[in-house]
Amino acid sequence: MAEKILMKGNEAIAISAIRNGVDGYFGYPITPQSEVMETLMKERPWLSTGMVVLQAESETSSINMVYGGASTGKKVMTSSSSPGISLMCEGISYMAGAELPCVIVDCQRGGPGLGTIQPSQSDYNQVVKGGGHGDYKNIVLAPASAQDMYDFVDWGFDLAFKYRTPVVILADGIIGQMMEKVELRPQKPRRTAEQVSQDAPWATLGKTPDRERNIITSLSLEADVQERFNRKLQAKYEEISRNEVKYSTYMTEDAEYILVAFGCSSRICEAVTDILRAEGIKVGLLRPITLFPFPTEQLAELSKKVKSMMSIELNLGQMVEDVRLSCEGRCPVGFYGRQGGNIFTPEEIAEEFKKFNNLK
Amino acid sequence: MKEEIIIAGFGGQGVLSMGKILAYCAIMQDMEVTWMPSYGPEMRGGTANVCVIISDKKISSPIVTKYDTAIILNQQSLDKFESAVKPGGLLVYDPNGINNPPTRTDIKICRIDAISVAAKLGNSKVYNMAVMGAFLKVKPLVSFENIDKGLAKCIPARYSDLISLNRAAIEEGMKSVEEL
Repeated sequence: MAEKILMKGNEAIAISAIRNGVDGYFGYPITPQSEVMETLMKERPWLSTGMVVLQAESETSSINMVYGGASTGKKVMTSSSSPGISLMCEGISYMAGAELPCVIVDCQRGGPGLGTIQPSQSDYNQVVKGGGHGDYKNIVLAPASAQDMYDFVDWGFDLAFKYRTPVVILADGIIGQMMEKVELRPQKPRRTAEQVSQDAPWATLGKTPDRERNIITSLSLEADVQERFNRKLQAKYEEISRNEVKYSTYMTEDAEYILVAFGCSSRICEAVTDILRAEGIKVGLLRPITLFPFPTEQLAELSKKVKSMMSIELNLGQMVEDVRLSCEGRCPVGFYGRQGGNIFTPEEIAEEFKKFNNLK
Repeated sequence: MKEEIIIAGFGGQGVLSMGKILAYCAIMQDMEVTWMPSYGPEMRGGTANVCVIISDKKISSPIVTKYDTAIILNQQSLDKFESAVKPGGLLVYDPNGINNPPTRTDIKICRIDAISVAAKLGNSKVYNMAVMGAFLKVKPLVSFENIDKGLAKCIPARYSDLISLNRAAIEEGMKSVEEL
């Protein structure tokens, strides 16, 4: 049996990066995700796997280091929290435009502005709808445990390279700071130079006589070329939507009501489901694991069968809009959220659920 | 079986590490755990607390507001968490620095003078293990074998002499706890 280690979600990200053969990490400290870089610095992977770990002078700088590293076909990543992700949005848009793979971890805290250092899910819209300018999307993975944090790094890089696109792991202060058991997977070697040029034939590794030069850019001044490119990007996002949706359900088979929640909120809603089931109310939970692509079809199917849905988020109503779009008016969709670092309790959500559904 | 525990005190008393060691002992006993610290503004004011949940099933919500056990190491934490213990639950506290002791009658209250235990062992750093010993005496959630394994996970091998000292503090804590 693999060894099980007690660690924070943030530590799991760092250890997973080393064990999955990531080539480089560039970051800048910010609560509540600073343990990612702290752990990497403590582990000193440059002595074991040769992984580069660098503290940049700002988030703007670290995302552009990621851009540079990704241009050479390397597995590179960064992590930050909400205000830092805002600074990175320009770079993320450029990477989407240049079709560069990378993994970005956003361990959300409350906003707007400097906001609070406490947990929040108020950057759903920013991350899932793009964040930077232009017609682009990120693949967004929503972990709900330290084990997810560990596993999603590898999954994220698979998706990033498969589709040549940035992948965001959208965590929050709870998932980052909480310690849980994590099962470590076997150490994977970093890719060799040959493997990199095979996996990333587009990378700028020096021109060889047998091919045209590779160019990494997001600049395209000719209208038709740019339009063609943007349509190609959209086709890619449609392909991602067809192939990569991931979600989990809890007690939805006979459910008359559905709760929808992602990340830490989905765990709290599991407890809500248990409380309401004990009272004889048939509730089920759908947890989107990928936020883009969103489980639209699955929610649409459920909306034909249930009396109502309710989206539970640590914000003031963001994912609920996607839930409503999925249901297309077939059932009422309610919302309950908390903000500012206040975390809802299962009992509190159960009360709000009953209020919304006029249940005693 | 599910035990929801809040451990609260001043920064430096070993609150977070006690939670971590307790969680590791439970992992060695093949149980599920979550360890959720306060990392917000209150921590920057000098107080620290951590919520540890130990369960034989998968843990859904890591956030709770009512606890089976509160382990309390200063007055502020007592004021904040005494009312958060579930009826029939347990409150373990160190009387040093407590001017207004707990008053509830519907919970079990235990006292551990852990400062004296640590002084007797000649190392103030094992204070938190004396407190943990007191708790495990009242609620024996983990076996001695798994306490040893948990300690070994948390203390680097090069400090192996500290394992026996911490183990001694746990045992002394078990002997010194008073049920009120």
